[in-house]
Amino acid sequence: MGLLNAYRSTIGKKAIMAVTGLILVAFVIGHMAGNLQVFIGPARMNAYAAFLQGLGELLWLVRLVLFVALVLHVLMAWQLTQIKRQARPIGYEQRSPQVSTLASRSMRWGGVLLLVFIVFHILHFTTGTVFPAASTPDAMYPAFSHGDVYGNVIAAFRTPWVTAFYVVAMLFLLLHLFHGAWSSVRTLGFVKPSPEPLQRRVATVIAVVVWLGFSVIPVAVLLGVIR
Amino acid sequence: MQLTLKVWRQPGPNAEGGLQEYQATDISPDMSFLEMLDVVNEKLIERGEVPIAFDHDCREGICGSCGMMINGVAHGPMKGTATCQLHMRSFKDGDTVVIEPWRARAFPVIKDLVVNRGALDRIVAAGGYISVSTGGAKDANSIPVPKVDADRSMDAAACIGCGACVAACPNGSASLFTSAKLSHLGLLPQGQPERYRRALKMVAQMDIESFGGCTLFGECQEACPKEISIDFISRMNRDFLVASVRAQADSARSGGDG
Repeated sequence: MGLLNAYRSTIGKKAIMAVTGLILVAFVIGHMAGNLQVFIGPARMNAYAAFLQGLGELLWLVRLVLFVALVLHVLMAWQLTQIKRQARPIGYEQRSPQVSTLASRSMRWGGVLLLVFIVFHILHFTTGTVFPAASTPDAMYPAFSHGDVYGNVIAAFRTPWVTAFYVVAMLFLLLHLFHGAWSSVRTLGFVKPSPEPLQRRVATVIAVVVWLGFSVIPVAVLLGVIR
Repeated sequence: MQLTLKVWRQPGPNAEGGLQEYQATDISPDMSFLEMLDVVNEKLIERGEVPIAFDHDCREGICGSCGMMINGVAHGPMKGTATCQLHMRSFKDGDTVVIEPWRARAFPVIKDLVVNRGALDRIVAAGGYISVSTGGAKDANSIPVPKVDADRSMDAAACIGCGACVAACPNGSASLFTSAKLSHLGLLPQGQPERYRRALKMVAQMDIESFGGCTLFGECQEACPKEISIDFISRMNRDFLVASVRAQADSARSGGDG
């Protein structure tokens, strides 16, 4: 039973993380591109949201795929972390990392922060369950309203700490993608021998573009560039 | 030169260990790191104390016996060298040097800086071999091998099995070692018959030995005295995943585990 054995191995678990991670990277890029329509105006943004809602079963299929990918990603990360803990029960008194990036070393706890962010984000913009009101609410868009995505964006990011939270969360996404978008491809073996294996041009571009694309919206709202 | 050493001392496998401080005096910058330890040990013996135990053999970087964590870096500050090739000119007079054994559950400490690296031997024993026909010896160049493959195979074969990759890995993973041992055979025509079975068996043994998984920190490649590339880890993963799919297809065709 080849696949079951593969699942039980550290490489199989890491491969599952890589595949689910790549699905989530693709989603994040698409999500960012969709969000940027907020700069075109309320009509365009809300029409896009209505289009997504109009997909019906297809929307739920995509949501299901993303949910399963996320659950598997977190589950495999948790299992591999347990294996890693057991692999070195007695640590070093002194240890100095040589080439590992901050991104690679923050994958685990940074990933936990991203999970917290995702839960908050869904409660915030999808369901509207948690929607901190601004001290000086926008006259046109005072509170959460289903269907008015544009208004919700404006209403939400009038609150400085919400904007700050999103910008910080996107920094962690930057780090996570800087390592993940690169290492997932390597983990799956889609790589040609290179004199500088730690170099990652494509992943760097993805990480920075996604970070900028997501962060620019809350900052633009807070600064009053879009209203 | 004069140095302050903080060395991990542990009388036996199950004994309590700890860092102990020693003064290394009359050290020449031309000495190797192991010769420096020899000088310290001579003085310990003269004083009637137990010398520091450490593994060593060829002292020219090809046997893979020596290896210790020096100031938190596997094989110390010099890139592409084993501990025996590290010279004291890499340190400054008056430096404090912390020396610890490789740390991994798969590498239990035997004494002081000596660890049992039998786990690596068992990974090789699980599949690190090829089938060779018996009979008269063939001409050495009877099987054509593309130059690129031969070179890459040699790069992987440079592994001396010192265990620095495991020691340097924050996950305690033996992926670089296992991938090198897989690749130096798997890249050559002679290694093809067992290529996928070898990947399954050696990876399975690597997991059994309770090494951690690879998350591509890249520390192993930096610590490796032979500068073996993490490209081989990707190659190992690819072979392992392909082998797993093939094994699944085979078991489906033959109707179960058979």
